[in-house]
Amino acid sequence: MTIPWDKMAIGAAALLCAPLLGALLQGLDRKLTARIQGRQGPPVVQPFYDFFKLLGKEQLLLNRMQVLYAWLHLAFMAITLMLLVLGQDSLMLLFVLAFSTLSLVLGGMCVRSPYSRIGSQREILLMVAYEPVLILMVVGFYLVNHSFSIACVWQADQPLLLRLPLLFLALLAVAAIKLQKSPFDLATSHHAHQEIIKGITIEYSGPALAVLELAHFYETALVMVLLALFWATNWWIGAGIALGAYLLLVIVDNACARLTTAWMFKFMWTVILGLALTNIVWLYLSK
Amino acid sequence: MPAISKSPWVVHFNCNSCNGCDIEFLACLTPLYDVERLGILHVGNPKHADVLVVTGSVNHRTARVLKNVYDMMPSPKVVVAMGVCSSSGGIFAEGYNVLGGIDKVIPVDVFVPGCPARPEAMLDGILKAAAILDRKARETGLATVPAAKPVITVVPPAAEAAAPAPAAAT
Repeated sequence: MTIPWDKMAIGAAALLCAPLLGALLQGLDRKLTARIQGRQGPPVVQPFYDFFKLLGKEQLLLNRMQVLYAWLHLAFMAITLMLLVLGQDSLMLLFVLAFSTLSLVLGGMCVRSPYSRIGSQREILLMVAYEPVLILMVVGFYLVNHSFSIACVWQADQPLLLRLPLLFLALLAVAAIKLQKSPFDLATSHHAHQEIIKGITIEYSGPALAVLELAHFYETALVMVLLALFWATNWWIGAGIALGAYLLLVIVDNACARLTTAWMFKFMWTVILGLALTNIVWLYLSK
Repeated sequence: MPAISKSPWVVHFNCNSCNGCDIEFLACLTPLYDVERLGILHVGNPKHADVLVVTGSVNHRTARVLKNVYDMMPSPKVVVAMGVCSSSGGIFAEGYNVLGGIDKVIPVDVFVPGCPARPEAMLDGILKAAAILDRKARETGLATVPAAKPVITVVPPAAEAAAPAPAAAT
């Protein structure tokens, strides 16, 4: 089997550009958060400084599996993004994404730090909370396009958002979880992380932490592309929607406190899952 | 590697402080001083930190903990002694339980005097430390300066009775 040149070019471009996009978005987030709090804030390129600094630091490891899991987390996250931009099967996408998160959880579980363990357990709970919504999203894709392929979403004449508005709202909550935003930043967080210190990433340092940061850049880009997919007929509108959603999440992040896992679980399995299910039932009946 | 001086992550350790310096240090995080604009993050984990900020003098109890926190940080790393107590022991220097400044236990790069040190002085100290961090990253790389063993300056009563001339009293 030969891979066409154009697909390889798209894949390579995505692999290179996605971390840049993710890092810039995170820099924008920190700047905006600072402005909301009445501060000046760091420069927008601050995540790049942080990343390169971590690369140059000493590597302190507790065991070798730890660094393997960090790399697996990054690799699966990059593959997920590739599957998305190359228009592959959406079920496969969810599967690989789950593997990526599981690697992170295993990395947190393979050390004996209680904070790391608590963070990992919370990450598992978050996964259990958002996975059903993602699966319903794929079901929605199928009901609209009669295919699980993401390429079919691009080729559709009508934007997905018009058929899946409630599912898009549900997906915003999932995006908040994936981007570690309040009120869902239970496992690890960029701000005010004194409660379980740094949760799942507490035992990582130096280059291994840089790998996790890079994976999070990919994750940010992945969430953005996934949100933009809901208006795939015009990518400018799609990008606008994704950026608007990101700004909304930053504002919600600043307006909300971190809430408990029990609250998060109840909220996700009632309100958010209810929204997604209503959309699916409506789609099914309106056919 | 200029990146390291643009994102010095700070871990703050209260060694034996009266909390004056700690409150002034936390003032650096407020919108008025806003250390994050310089890329400085206040982290709670020595494994993520580049700069160790210590307030208060060191005593027998905290010496081991301070050494532990220092050893947990990945190289290159710098230490800032914040306030006069951590620099020399301050007004507590003669206390029976006080060893003195933190340089008795770990190598210190920047001393910030003051009781308490002003937030402006603290910011200045951390930026000086960031410049040293930059130099260390360029010159010594990942070579670590090991922390010294805690120096016990107080002679136990039994030893004092046995040997009247206090050789180790300084």
